[in-house]
Amino acid sequence: MFSIQAFLDSFGPLLWAARYTLLVSGLGIALGLVLGALVCAAALSRWRAARFVAALWVSFLRGVPLLVQLLLMYYLLPVIGINVPAIVAAVVTVGICASAYISEIWRGAIGALPPGQSEAAVAVGMNNRDLWTRIILPQAVVMSLPALVNELILLVKASSLVSLVGIMEVTRASQAQAATTFRPLEVYIAAACIYLLINLCLAGLGRYLEHRMAV
Amino acid sequence: MDWDVLRQYAPILLRGFGITILAWAFGTVFGMALGLVISLAQRYGARPVRWVLQAYIEVVRGTPFLVQLFVLYYGGPLVGLRLDALPAGLVGLTIYGSPYFAEIFRSGFDAVPPGQAEAARAIGMAEPAIVRRILLPLGLVSALPALVNFSIILTKETVILSVITVPELMYQVQRMSTETFRYLEANLVLALFFWGLVELISRGGRRLETRITRHLLERPGHG
Repeated sequence: MFSIQAFLDSFGPLLWAARYTLLVSGLGIALGLVLGALVCAAALSRWRAARFVAALWVSFLRGVPLLVQLLLMYYLLPVIGINVPAIVAAVVTVGICASAYISEIWRGAIGALPPGQSEAAVAVGMNNRDLWTRIILPQAVVMSLPALVNELILLVKASSLVSLVGIMEVTRASQAQAATTFRPLEVYIAAACIYLLINLCLAGLGRYLEHRMAV
Repeated sequence: MDWDVLRQYAPILLRGFGITILAWAFGTVFGMALGLVISLAQRYGARPVRWVLQAYIEVVRGTPFLVQLFVLYYGGPLVGLRLDALPAGLVGLTIYGSPYFAEIFRSGFDAVPPGQAEAARAIGMAEPAIVRRILLPLGLVSALPALVNFSIILTKETVILSVITVPELMYQVQRMSTETFRYLEANLVLALFFWGLVELISRGGRRLETRITRHLLERPGHG
């Protein structure tokens, strides 16, 4: 039946592969934050064309399954003459996908600020740049932190999909391990434990931030 | 894109689409039912029951759907749970969705003002009647947008079933592209198709929401 030995033995290779899980989700959220800021800026811009592009970006990336996006990128890049390692393509795809969700998180946070804040800033004669860098953005970024941690948890889980384009992260390593040991149950449960461990840590971080923010 | 190829593969693509819709509907309906049971058991159950359910919610929400499917489909037979790909996929989707639905129902129930249940108790309503006539109708209305939202997320999760060889749309598209070597076109069409589907469902969902919450807006002297 369930072999504790096989279960424990799988942790070695799986934990070693977890560095790719962390890499893909970590770089993915970093890229997502940068792109997400741009998309959010476009969505709030006064130019209609920019708003339209942002809306299209968000709608497409939230409407298409990440697995399809990954395969699309995987097959598209060589056709347009870009040859990069699979890991780069994977991180970029995860980051692009995350940017759509993150821009919505930030748009929501900016929208949730009491209008009195910016009215007061304008009333005391602040210019537009100070209004954004001193009043709106600091508050909106702090407000969005719990949602961003949540997004990071989603990315850790989503990173399991990059196993399908050949990245040796936890899921792919567990497939390899299961294929050599013929103990899929033990190996996949061990993989689940690793994801759970990472995500419980992140959820703890999220709760801490939420607690800090509740003034 | 070579349209002849699409015409040639139309029957299997349609069959795949049928299975995608089946998986989505099954996962949504049964995931929601299981989620409702979990959220009610968490509200009224004994403490050990609540602990077990909380652990279940944490574990399912903390692990990737792909890994859950692997445990179920490849690990299941070792403990005597032998499921074919499609049933394993349907069960997997139900399990995956249930804790999210449970949390949505929980917050929906929490959003019902406590005065409502207290008033019902004060006029002598029994607890099951309070659940059926106060908590459920009011909680469901406030949970509706989140329920629609999560069922849209489930649409996209169905493609992961292709990995355990459930013959849904993604699986058939992969099969078509390996047979015709048109990987890019096939995946592009698939992406556009899902985009359209998700837009359609979310528009339908929004209309449903405005219809069901209409009474909240129309009553004069409210809000």
